Order: sequence, then C-alpha cells, then structure tokens
Amino acid sequence: MTMFGPNLIVYEEEFERINAVLARLWMDANAKIVFLVDKNGQQIAAKGDLEKVDATSLASLTAGNVAATDGLARLIGEKEFSILFHEGERDNIHISIVGQRLILVVIFDERSSLGLVRLRVRKAAAELEEVLTQMASKAAEEGQAPASPFAEITDEDIDALFTE
Amino acid sequence: MSFINYASREINCKIVYYGPGLGGKTTNLQYIYERTNPQNKGQLISLATETDRTLFFDFLPLDLGSVRGFRTRFHLYTVPGQVFYDASRKLILKGVDGVIFVADSQEARMDANVESLDNLRTNLRENGFDLALVPYALQFNKRDLAGAVPYDVLLRALNVKGEPTFEAVAPKGVGVFETLKAVAKQVLHELSKK
Ligand SMILES: Nc1nc2c(ncn2[C@@H]2O[C@H](COP(=O)(O)OP(=O)(O)OP(=O)(O)O)[C@@H](O)[C@H]2O)c(=O)[nH]1
Ligand SMILES: [Mg+2]
Repeated sequence: MTMFGPNLIVYEEEFERINAVLARLWMDANAKIVFLVDKNGQQIAAKGDLEKVDATSLASLTAGNVAATDGLARLIGEKEFSILFHEGERDNIHISIVGQRLILVVIFDERSSLGLVRLRVRKAAAELEEVLTQMASKAAEEGQAPASPFAEITDEDIDALFTE
Repeated sequence: MSFINYASREINCKIVYYGPGLGGKTTNLQYIYERTNPQNKGQLISLATETDRTLFFDFLPLDLGSVRGFRTRFHLYTVPGQVFYDASRKLILKGVDGVIFVADSQEARMDANVESLDNLRTNLRENGFDLALVPYALQFNKRDLAGAVPYDVLLRALNVKGEPTFEAVAPKGVGVFETLKAVAKQVLHELSKK
C-alpha cells in the first residue's frame, strides 16, 4: 500500500504500456474482456467487448469480491488467494492479483480455455509488475511529480461541480 | 486513496457512508441516484439481504464533471450498519478518501450512534487512517420524526472535530446533497495539497 504513497497516479507512458499488455493478453488468451482494477475498485484500463458490460460496476464488484476473499484467506491463516475463478454456463471470469495491489480480470467463453488463460495471464502479470515497479520508482524520485491539477482549486470550482 | 490518471485526465475518489443500522445510509444513495442525470451516474449496486438491509455494500459511481480539465468521479459506498457485519465494514473503508457519518436522530438510537462512531474510529485506524485527519462530514438524519433528539444534544455527543454537520430527511432529500458536497470539497482540497 505504501509502495506508491497514498494515491495511485498513472502517467501517459505507463498507461500506454499497461494498455499494450492488456491488448496482447486479450488477443493471446482469446478473451472477451480483459481489465485491470486496483484493489479499491477503481478501473485502471480495459480492453475488449466493453459495450456489453457496465465496467464501473464490474470493477467495484470485483474489488469487493477480492476484498471478501482476502478476508477469508486471513481468517484461515493464508496470505491471499492469488487466483479466483468463476465458471458460468457461457462466460467465465478469471481473477488474479498483480503486485499485491492490482487485480487483473479476464472474461472468456468457450473460444478459449482455462489453461490458455492461465498461461497468458502469468506472462501479462509479470509484465504488469514491471510497469508497477517503474511507477513506484518514478513516484519515489522527487521532482518527478507534476504539480497537482488541483493545486489552485477554488470553492467556486467545486461548487460548479454540483450545479448540473 | 484516489486514483489520478494523467493519461486519460481522470480522477476517482472514494467516499464511504458510515453509521448505525437503519440510520439512512442506503436512502442517501438512493436519493442521489434518483436526482442525478443519467449521463452523470452509473448503476446503483446494492448487495442487500431479503429485507433490504445492506449485506456488503451499496455502490454508486457519480461523474461530477470537470475540474481543471480533469474528469472528476466519486465512488460512493455505504457500509452495512448492523453490528455483526464489522469485518465487511473494515474492508469497505480500505482506500477511503472521505467519510460521511449518518446518525439516526431518534433517542432510542443514541447508543447505536455512539457505538458506530467508536467503531468508525477503530476501523479507520486499522486501515491506517485517523478520523481527526480524514475528510469528514456528519449528518443527523430522520429530522422529520417526532421526538428527534435536539440538534445541540446530538452535536455534543457526535461531533468530533468541528466537522460540517447537516440535518437531513434522506427520503425527501433534505440535507443529502449538502452533506455529500461538504465532503467532496474536503477531498478535493486534500488532493490539492499533494
Ligand atoms: N422517517 C424517516 N425515515 C427514514 C429516513 N431516512 C431513512 N429512513 C428509513 O429508515 C429505514 C432504513 O434506511 P436505510 O437507508 O436502509 O438504512 P441503512 O443505514 O442503510 O441501514 P443498514 O443497511 O442496515 O446499515 C428505511 O425504511 C428508510 O426509508 C428519514 O430521514 N426519515
Ligand atoms: Mg444500507
């Protein structure tokens, strides 16, 4: 958690790398949807057939699912269950933890298989961890962070948000 | 823990509604959901029991428009207020950016209010937060009920740090947006310091 400080900040370069990893995973695993969420339920990136799902809800429920499962793991003395798999009649969901902080979700149907998904997820997870490490070292380097976009926020700015 | 994406120019923040069972947390979210334009909201997800008590959480994503060119999204969560769901409450506070405490104004719920507030303090601490520092607002809900405890009495019992405090009737929307706005404001100000 403290690896990046309190806020998760993604810049252009890492965002592009993350998107590239997801795009490759989506292709290689023959998946319908691939997405990356942080453990608090914020969607970071996604690839695939997104029109058919409510991605925001999916992200939040995935995080809730992982949080509950983490709680169960601790109860029985495990650190975490690093992979969750839900099998449906048509679609299946494969959920894995990346770098302790992110959740990688793959939704796939009979055009793929659990074995293939597992294999490709392992490779993608390793690449994503590299990106995470890069983000962490960037965050650690001082002077790297641009001024917060909210540095000069005024009460009027905030009031304007609620007037629609 | 907010999430700032400089590439897509988005910022996401998490706000949690806390408080005793049946205090009106879910009702706050329902009102916000009803009164928000379709393009500014996602689905309201409620993981609830057969009797409409929150079982794990309610979730409502709100898109509030842009600040300084960044799309600002708030993810609103409620916790289950019933005492025995403590493990779930703890999980939901993870990575929180701001908290709204919904107190029940009924005399008979005073002990439950105080107990829930204590529980909030403990669970925040276990997640690495300090109630004294976290963006925070207080809501006295159910002001419409006859025999509601006077404002001053509630204030003395429940206000912890001079936080903004609002009287509310959640099903009618009284005080609902005011409370949310008070916390959102603190959250965004907090971000400006980072
Ligand atoms: N009279 C009155 N009733 C209210 C008010 N706010 C909520 N209620 C009612 O109180 C009951 C409980 O409200 P909820 O919003 O479900 O309470 P909650 O805090 O989410 O409860 P848990 O999920 O168990 O933690 C519902 O029947 C609401 O309609 C209010 O301001 N006045
Ligand atoms: Mg509820």
